[in-house]
Amino acid sequence: MSAQTAIDIRNLSLTFQTGDGPVYALADANLTIAKGEFVSFIGPSGCGKTTLLRVIADLEQPTSGSISVNGLSPHQARLKRQYGYVFQAPALYPWRTVEANVMLPLEVFGLPKAERRERARKHLDMVRLSGFAKKFPWQLSGGMQQRVSIARALSFEPELLLMDEPFGALDEIVRDQLNEQLVKLWNETRKTVVFVTHSIPEAVFLSSRIVVMSPRPGRIIDVIDCDFGLDRTLDIRESPEFLKVAHRVREGLRAGHSYDE
Amino acid sequence: MSSVALQTPREAAAPHRVWDGLRRGALVPVLTLTAIILAVWYLACLPMNRDLPQLARVEGLANRYEAAWSLERPVLPAPHQIITELYASTIGTRLLRETADGLVLNPRNLLTHAWVTISATLAGFVIGVTLGIALAVAIVHVNALRRSLMPWIVASQSIPILAIAPIIIVALGSVGIVGLLPKAVISAYLSFFPVTIGMVKGLTSPDAMLLDLMRTYNASGTQTFVKLRWPAAMPLLFASLKVSISISLVGAIVGELPTGAQAGIGARLLSGSYYGQTVQIWSALVMAAILAALLVALITLAEKLTLKAMGARP
Repeated sequence: MSAQTAIDIRNLSLTFQTGDGPVYALADANLTIAKGEFVSFIGPSGCGKTTLLRVIADLEQPTSGSISVNGLSPHQARLKRQYGYVFQAPALYPWRTVEANVMLPLEVFGLPKAERRERARKHLDMVRLSGFAKKFPWQLSGGMQQRVSIARALSFEPELLLMDEPFGALDEIVRDQLNEQLVKLWNETRKTVVFVTHSIPEAVFLSSRIVVMSPRPGRIIDVIDCDFGLDRTLDIRESPEFLKVAHRVREGLRAGHSYDE
Repeated sequence: MSSVALQTPREAAAPHRVWDGLRRGALVPVLTLTAIILAVWYLACLPMNRDLPQLARVEGLANRYEAAWSLERPVLPAPHQIITELYASTIGTRLLRETADGLVLNPRNLLTHAWVTISATLAGFVIGVTLGIALAVAIVHVNALRRSLMPWIVASQSIPILAIAPIIIVALGSVGIVGLLPKAVISAYLSFFPVTIGMVKGLTSPDAMLLDLMRTYNASGTQTFVKLRWPAAMPLLFASLKVSISISLVGAIVGELPTGAQAGIGARLLSGSYYGQTVQIWSALVMAAILAALLVALITLAEKLTLKAMGARP
């Protein structure tokens, strides 16, 4: 494992014990993610993509196998606050203003007030919400709320950003805008991003690598390299290269599904 | 110019503005309902009081009603009799009385009794709410307590307060605790319950995602409590405080009954029923209702201010 490795996953399995018997959420996953990569997990629901992200975040415990996050165990990485996590919903605290929501992790970490303010300002700027610092979440649209939650995850400047279908609940127009903004943000910050999605165009547009997963048991069936340059815009989605990658992802998903029938 | 453009046709029609305002507000329905209740009350005064000897020789419906509305010790007094008694026993009576010890509250004034009851109510409310919150915090944080404590808490409320109030008064009296505190204990016994139930619900209301977020920050249990659970519980806290303050008042009044307390709304009810002074009983009851309404209004005000500061939608 080199110093450039952000996440290293070896023979990872996770089985949930439920009343109806065991559920094999992840079976024998192997994956290495280098620092600065943008990796998407794509697959149908139940394929374990969110579970895998939660294992990286130490929100779930694997049954077997090994995993390291920035050279640490996920638990140590969580204790050292090595990653920012963006959930499916904005998960903003309704009684806090936009600014106070972004400052929440900084308060938990015990940063002085002046620095909290400064960092909140900087990261709200980054997601283009400077004018909304004093608003409450309900005064913002769904897309703006999710941008606040991204600013909150970035506010303590973690090396690693874990995003669990962050745009899944938004309409396509807003989702397209946010995809473009996220590429710019990634370009500016060069963070390692692990991004869970079930949208093929989103995965192909955003990622430097796409991990295709399939359900029952959740496993990795294909890993696709993908590079459309750092200054890409939404227009590339009509290019033959883009469609070729999208096609390969779709083929992978279809192959994974054939086990069901 | 823009302000003109923003006016809706309804607002522009000035002559109807006052009437529209009334119709949209609560004033008209409340006044209508009050008028209906008063009418039924006045009508009921004759049938309710018809067996009294004073009415035996009065002939004619109008005369009989007139007599029924001005009886000295009616079974059901007329509303104006209660209002007159309320006025006479509050504003019409001196609140302070000079004695050898200086100025003291006059026991003939109903406000003196109201104050005695209110002070026990507030003391009981503070004890009950503190206890209620403490129990809720313990139940939420210690899983074993949820199963072991909850049945006892529910059982405590199935005992009629009228049965347990004398026991508390006598037990505390035997160790020398008399006066306000035993009444406050009875109040607290009733008022902790809604707070515990409400706060257990409130403190566990944040969904898994919000709790996971705190976990990703490696937040301590205290931080999760202060920054997430406690603010999330505020709406339910205020809802339970409103129930809690009104049953605190009930508890204080019940606490004044069993020992024949010298002062308080309960004492007033007791002496009224002892001497057959129904008008006095009713005015004490109305005073209790006014106090309850005032206390709930205070909590509602605190609720509005708090939730507004917490960014609730207007």
